[in-house]
Amino acid sequence: MFEIVRKEWLHEVIFLIEVKAPAIARKIKAGNFLVFRAKEGGERIPITVAEYDRKKGTVTCIIQVVGKSTKLLSTFEKGDYIQDVVGPLGKPTEIKKYGLVGIVSGGLGIPLANLVAKELRNAGNEVIGMVGARTKELLVWEEEMSKYCTEMDYCTDDGSFGMKGFTTNLLEKKIKELEKEGKKFDMIFTVGPTIMMKFIAGITKKYGIHTIASLNPIMVDGTGMCGACRVTVGGEIKFACVDGPEFDAHQVDFDELLMRLGQYKKYEKVSYDLYLKECCGGKQK
Amino acid sequence: MTEEKKERKPQKRSDKSPKKTPMREQPPEERIKNFLEVPFGYTEKEALLEAERCLHCRRPFCVEGCPVEINIPAFISAILDKDYRRGINIIKETNVLPAICGRVCPQENQCEKACVMGRKDGWDPVGIGRLERFLADWEYANGRETPKIAEPTGKKVAVIGSGPAGLVAAADLARYGHKVTLFESLHKGGGVLVYGIPEFRLPKSIVAKELETLEHMGVEIKYDTVIGLTYTIDELFEMGYEAIFIGTGAGLPRYLGIPGENLKGVYFANEFLTRANLMEAYKFPEKADTPINVGKKVITIGAGNVAMDCARTALRLGAEKSMIVYRRSLAEAPAREEEIHHAEEEGVEFHLLTTPLAIMGDKDNNVIGLECQECELGEPDESGRCRPIPIEDACFDLECDTLIIAIGQRPNPLVPRNTPNLKTHRWGGIIVNEETLETSIPGVFAGGDIVSGAATVILAMGAGRKAAKSMHEYLMNKDKKA
Ligand SMILES: Cc1cc2nc3c(=O)[nH]c(=O)nc-3n(C[C@H](O)[C@H](O)[C@H](O)COP(=O)(O)OP(=O)(O)OC[C@H]3O[C@@H](n4cnc5c(N)ncnc54)[C@H](O)[C@@H]3O)c2cc1C
Ligand SMILES: Cc1cc2nc3c(=O)[nH]c(=O)nc-3n(C[C@H](O)[C@H](O)[C@H](O)COP(=O)(O)OP(=O)(O)OC[C@H]3O[C@@H](n4cnc5c(N)ncnc54)[C@H](O)[C@@H]3O)c2cc1C
Ligand code: FES
Repeated sequence: MFEIVRKEWLHEVIFLIEVKAPAIARKIKAGNFLVFRAKEGGERIPITVAEYDRKKGTVTCIIQVVGKSTKLLSTFEKGDYIQDVVGPLGKPTEIKKYGLVGIVSGGLGIPLANLVAKELRNAGNEVIGMVGARTKELLVWEEEMSKYCTEMDYCTDDGSFGMKGFTTNLLEKKIKELEKEGKKFDMIFTVGPTIMMKFIAGITKKYGIHTIASLNPIMVDGTGMCGACRVTVGGEIKFACVDGPEFDAHQVDFDELLMRLGQYKKYEKVSYDLYLKECCGGKQK
Repeated sequence: MTEEKKERKPQKRSDKSPKKTPMREQPPEERIKNFLEVPFGYTEKEALLEAERCLHCRRPFCVEGCPVEINIPAFISAILDKDYRRGINIIKETNVLPAICGRVCPQENQCEKACVMGRKDGWDPVGIGRLERFLADWEYANGRETPKIAEPTGKKVAVIGSGPAGLVAAADLARYGHKVTLFESLHKGGGVLVYGIPEFRLPKSIVAKELETLEHMGVEIKYDTVIGLTYTIDELFEMGYEAIFIGTGAGLPRYLGIPGENLKGVYFANEFLTRANLMEAYKFPEKADTPINVGKKVITIGAGNVAMDCARTALRLGAEKSMIVYRRSLAEAPAREEEIHHAEEEGVEFHLLTTPLAIMGDKDNNVIGLECQECELGEPDESGRCRPIPIEDACFDLECDTLIIAIGQRPNPLVPRNTPNLKTHRWGGIIVNEETLETSIPGVFAGGDIVSGAATVILAMGAGRKAAKSMHEYLMNKDKKA
């Protein structure tokens, strides 16, 4: 059982929880993720660590309510206990001195890129953040990440904050600006919606920039045992939970990943609707 | 000692009934609608009838056929004396998990294969597995004795993995008086016994009771702990564990390498069974949150226990047609006889001598069928089984909307990958000293599927026991040297 020591709502459907998990906090690194199971009968869901405190023995996660399991977790308050938290899972990000690094993240990807930005910065890289969301309110935790970036560029689909447009536009603009100064990204790290990462990978391929994407396939055990998380990378089957979740974005078969993410749509809806009916009188929030 | 009671004199076959006492079970049409155990087990009367069939051979071949050499004639004698406590204790001298082995051991390849009764045409061997189960179930119903624990040695040991190998190693190490911590990466203990083998074959309550007994014996079980990631082997030593047993099993799915393996509706057996068993997807959405996608027509590729479990689970989850596709014939199928028999009774369709070529999908990438080719059997290959040879131009398609790949598992790579000094074979198994089961790292021992590759429950248990013994010796000698 894992105690929640802090809980905050960052947005209508996005919340933060800080969980006491000393064994995990001791070792967690940027790029690792955890598996949460809220209670008996619950699903095992993968969640990234946005921040940790080794002294306090806690990890902080930022979670968006999208279905039954995330909704259930959102009902937990400070002092409540989560049944299972497993980690650190997956391979950590390869942190080294690349030079000029761009971090492109969309939506919930912003807090998820936080630790990567921090560790890349600490390794002596210059980090430029390029972040986007549908609308201003969904740009969460971006000020946290901005601490580690020499520059932060913003965009929103509706133009309510920063440039009007998508992160792809933001990235391409930046690449061209740098070109004029005779500079080039040495590495791009991207995390966010799969469709976004697919297009980002398309752009960086065109410009020949090494790109790492943090993938989010459906997982079950998260320890390499079931193969639910398999993705095709460079023509080979890889298990994202143990071989990833970060891969060379230019090698990833994003179309296959997108297709596999949709596999359980009809069941997810059944589960969510039933839960809303039982627990929340049918209301979303 | 338990065997003091007089054993019986050899008896004549002509006085015996040629056939096994039948075991009552749920009728097929009923059981495919539930997850309850299929065979009910013997009543006392039935057990006595069956025990009566034993010839009490002077040289008990059955004992030689048992991987852990249970004294079979002695426990059968105890049944005949109606001294069931003595009977179960005889079994437990070498087999700590009889309720499990009585249900899942491939007896037809072990004790019952060697049984003299079965050697004559038309005669069945003694139902040794069923009698073992009878005694184990009797003990559950009549109270279990918590094993005696030796004086504390003051030594801390770690066991990694709670499958049969780890369960037995932990129990034995506790009995020697060591302080045992059992680390398990999943949220439930039992390994394949809970995430792989379905409820209708092995009720989870049995595994839960075994874990409870371990806790009564003072073993601390730490779930949600992935060794290699949460703690490394080196860190375990730093934490004060003086010896370590690795029993992490063979959990890595094998795949075919044919087109279409990542289509929607295609599962590796491990995912299918994990969703169904460990995550209890059959209770979705009311009591469990993990869904499973089972269509009307389900194909399972393979013919081992894993494949039979998938094909039969699919039926219980609503499939109208469940098919097995296997490239050899039933004679070569690695599954237990009883599983194949039960699958046939339940209406599973067997497409034998059929090799898969490609998995077909529709425009939305949903699986819609399997392209197959007929085979004939050739010369035996290195596994000793006849090699399937595809017949030219004999190709055909089978329709399906769910497809499960159940062609085997490889050793779990997490511990080896994160333990640089641990030597492994090219195929992933951990290399051990055959005598002691010690690995290339002093004080680290290993056994079960992680050493042998995917094998059986009884062999994993045997390895757990053997390792515990050498770990005990290692720990005691360590002091003497110091
Ligand atoms: C490595 C990894 C790290 C992740 N980190 C975070 C995190 O830090 N914070 C967070 O909020 N979410 C994170 N996710 C996504 C999170 O696991 C899913 O949102 C969650 O499993 C959905 O569960 P649910 O029951 O609430 O929704 P479901 O009912 O299962 O699904 C609802 C919707 O979410 C989509 N979905 C389901 N599973 C995933 C998935 N694995 N990834 C993306 N979308 C999914 C479905 O397609 C569906 O449209 C991560 C996923 C991975 C693989
Ligand atoms: C579906 C299925 C049906 C089967 N049917 C039969 C049968 O009828 N009869 C029979 O005799 N055999 C059967 N087998 C084979 C038998 O179950 C195995 O041979 C046996 O379980 C092996 O035992 P083990 O202890 O070595 O490993 P496992 O049972 O695999 O247990 C390993 C445990 O270690 C845990 N683990 C793995 N990595 C780590 C880590 N890094 N840190 C912590 N924990 C970890 C796993 O979660 C698991 O709990 C079947 C197997 C399957 C999959
Ligand atoms: S989630 Fe099961 S193997 Fe990756």
